[in-house]
Amino acid sequence: MFFQESTPDTSGYMIAGYAVAFIVLAVYVASIHIRNRNLKQDMAMLEELEEPAKPQPVTKRGKKK
Amino acid sequence: MQPKPLALKILDVASILLFGMTIYLALFIAPTEATMGAVQRVFYIHVSTAWVGMLGFIAAVVPAIIYLRNNNMKWDRIEVAAIEISSVFFLLAIVLGSIWARPAWNTWWKWEARLTTAAIAELLYIAYFMLRAGIDNPERRARFGAVYALVASVSIPITFMSIRWVDRTLHPVVFGASKGTAEIDMAMTLGMVQVMLFAILAFSIIFIDLLWHRIRLGELQEAVEARKVKVIGS
Repeated sequence: MFFQESTPDTSGYMIAGYAVAFIVLAVYVASIHIRNRNLKQDMAMLEELEEPAKPQPVTKRGKKK
Repeated sequence: MQPKPLALKILDVASILLFGMTIYLALFIAPTEATMGAVQRVFYIHVSTAWVGMLGFIAAVVPAIIYLRNNNMKWDRIEVAAIEISSVFFLLAIVLGSIWARPAWNTWWKWEARLTTAAIAELLYIAYFMLRAGIDNPERRARFGAVYALVASVSIPITFMSIRWVDRTLHPVVFGASKGTAEIDMAMTLGMVQVMLFAILAFSIIFIDLLWHRIRLGELQEAVEARKVKVIGS
């Protein structure tokens, strides 16, 4: 390729390179976001489990719902 | 978990802007290289990701040493964060190098000094996560990770220097004096050097931003684990 006189057309490889860079970085950023969201959901669920059981509302007949 | 600090929000915006500017400069402002053509523009991202990846692997040595001295899990989180992000950047550098090599060397891959040492370094750090995942005890896992990070970091200077030590190599020397034995010598113009330096600076800031996010993720992960133990115990 480099024995040619004129500049070769390698734009296809350039586009492929930039596409790969965008995809890899986007996937990694998304993975951080998704892991963060899942952990926050887990934390909320654990907080709910940890809360003491609330008293059940009582009906007119004195029976719990 | 603490709400996102203002400094991190500013860093997020700065990272996005710097990334956009790097792409713009590399694609539209940097001059076209005469012998390689447009594919040479991949080099700005390739070199930046390789540089930041290697720096991250070396930087992980600091929290590893501190952890081994004081056994504070905070340093383990920092070490894991640095190695994880560096692994992604370094893998990207290897893939981009391969894409550049296809038109330049007429092959996707060649087992020459730089490519071989880089592949070994990347595999060493992928193994770091696989081996860590096999250890249940957090303290043992952190201690093992710290020692492993120290040992694996030896591969980074070897990778960096490989093309300077080996007489016959295909990979061009981008920084510093070349022996002139590389098949393609990287004689960059001033405009190319400026864009390259900007790209390295931009990716360094992106690395710091991602590192901060990853450390926060580690903190949250540890808080969830602690809460799980508490809930199961009660």
